[in-house]
Amino acid sequence: MTTDTPPPIKAVPVRHHGRWIAAAVVLLLAYQVGSALLSSPNLEPHTIGEYLFKDFVLEGVRTTLLLTVIAMLLGTAGGVLLAVMRLSANPVLRVSAAAFVWFFRGTPLLVQIVFFGFLGALLPRLTITIPFTGIAVFDQPTNAVMVGIVPAVLALSLNEMAYAAEIVRAGILAVDKGQTEAAHALGMKPGLTMRRIILPQAMRVIAPPMGNEVITMLKSTALVSVIAGRDLMTAVQTVYAQNYKVIPLLAVAAIWYLALVSVLSVVQWFVERRFGRGHRATSGGGMFR
Amino acid sequence: MTAMIKAEGVRKSFGQLEVLSGIDLQVDKGQVCCLLGPSGSGKSTFLRCVNHLETVTAGRLWVDGDLVGYRQRGDRLHELRESEVAERRRDIGMVFQRFNLFPHLTALGNVVEAPVHVLREPKAAARQRALDLLDRVGLADKADAYPAMLSGGQQQRVAIARALAMRPKLMLFDEPTSALDPELVGEVLDVMRGLAADGMTMLVVTHEMGFAREVADTVVFMDGGVVVEAGTPEQVLGDPRHDRTRAFLAKVL
Repeated sequence: MTTDTPPPIKAVPVRHHGRWIAAAVVLLLAYQVGSALLSSPNLEPHTIGEYLFKDFVLEGVRTTLLLTVIAMLLGTAGGVLLAVMRLSANPVLRVSAAAFVWFFRGTPLLVQIVFFGFLGALLPRLTITIPFTGIAVFDQPTNAVMVGIVPAVLALSLNEMAYAAEIVRAGILAVDKGQTEAAHALGMKPGLTMRRIILPQAMRVIAPPMGNEVITMLKSTALVSVIAGRDLMTAVQTVYAQNYKVIPLLAVAAIWYLALVSVLSVVQWFVERRFGRGHRATSGGGMFR
Repeated sequence: MTAMIKAEGVRKSFGQLEVLSGIDLQVDKGQVCCLLGPSGSGKSTFLRCVNHLETVTAGRLWVDGDLVGYRQRGDRLHELRESEVAERRRDIGMVFQRFNLFPHLTALGNVVEAPVHVLREPKAAARQRALDLLDRVGLADKADAYPAMLSGGQQQRVAIARALAMRPKLMLFDEPTSALDPELVGEVLDVMRGLAADGMTMLVVTHEMGFAREVADTVVFMDGGVVVEAGTPEQVLGDPRHDRTRAFLAKVL
């Protein structure tokens, strides 16, 4: 008997005409948009280059990053807490967490930011007293507390908490009920089960939308320019209000935001891979070819 | 001999639906008891009541002399706190139909998790013991594999090692081979046979008649939320007295 291996298949590959058509359309559109932009006398590419690394711009970038980091840290921590509260058996915790989310998701972020910026007008003094004793443990004029980036941080993190809470809650609910039962059967208490078994698995579901939240947050920090938040947007606004180079300076801000978001997208990719441990990689072809 | 599990008139309802309608049952220490019966007969529910994953609606259930889920003071019952329930569950190992391994931890990680975080055993000692247990279930070479990389039979054996790591006095098996491909059933039953030979007290819900006949000290046939008949495997499987038992055995044997 012969065991000839059949010859490798030589077939004419499928021709992807769609790719060529798409390339032509995209190139044409890119050329038209690009030439329109470059022909504008107000873009001033050399001015963009001149301002891109100016001290005030870099200082604004630093503040924008600081706001993003603090607001995301506080927002995520508070979000986990709120999510666990909402899923708790305790009805008081459940309702208060739901009320918090309802309020901070139900009002625009811009309104919240302006509100915290003008908190002194509503509450002239911030006072914390021990109930029934009248002893004040904290008593300061509001405008002495709400300085620098404090109002911006407060508004951004409280708002983020509400959104993070919903993301974390969805993540926790996505973990199979059998996991909780297995942990309980091993004698793990509810807190330990949540921390060691449920949350690490929920992270796989939580990480992608939280990555989007970081990116959204980075750009939302621009809103704090309405209360002079010292961020990147405030910095360029302050300068273009004086020298009227509005378009080049907005381009400077846009370039920085785009660069920072691009870096974050790469980080997000690594984070998602890390939390996907124990699961098969989900790669493969796109929907269209 | 003393009872490890003792049930007196145990009832369980889910809303209007009564799943257990008065179960009387005793499993002595060192004995293997197999629960048989058609699906929906309440055998899994009873098993889950034993470690309080389900709350008993009426009747009394004791594990090693302790009332499950409650503390008796005088003639009043006090519900146990969740932390107290957790403490009671430490000595009861449970193996699930769907394995329920922790997918984010390796096989070794699954086995050391509870000894380290519940019993606060030193990490190095817990690790060594976990490796010994994985060796015992024939998976010494899979310690660093994640559950998704293991076959069903291998996952179930890791799950058994995970339960054994808590040094349980009682092991509960909820249809441990029902989710397995036929050729993988044997490896899991072999591990369970070894456990029984070592004198572990076991309550096993199963459809494996061969295993029940060979390993069980007592076989309990349940249907419609009640114990239809109980006895030695020879009695119940070989010479059933009730028509319902005969009808069931005729279908599965």
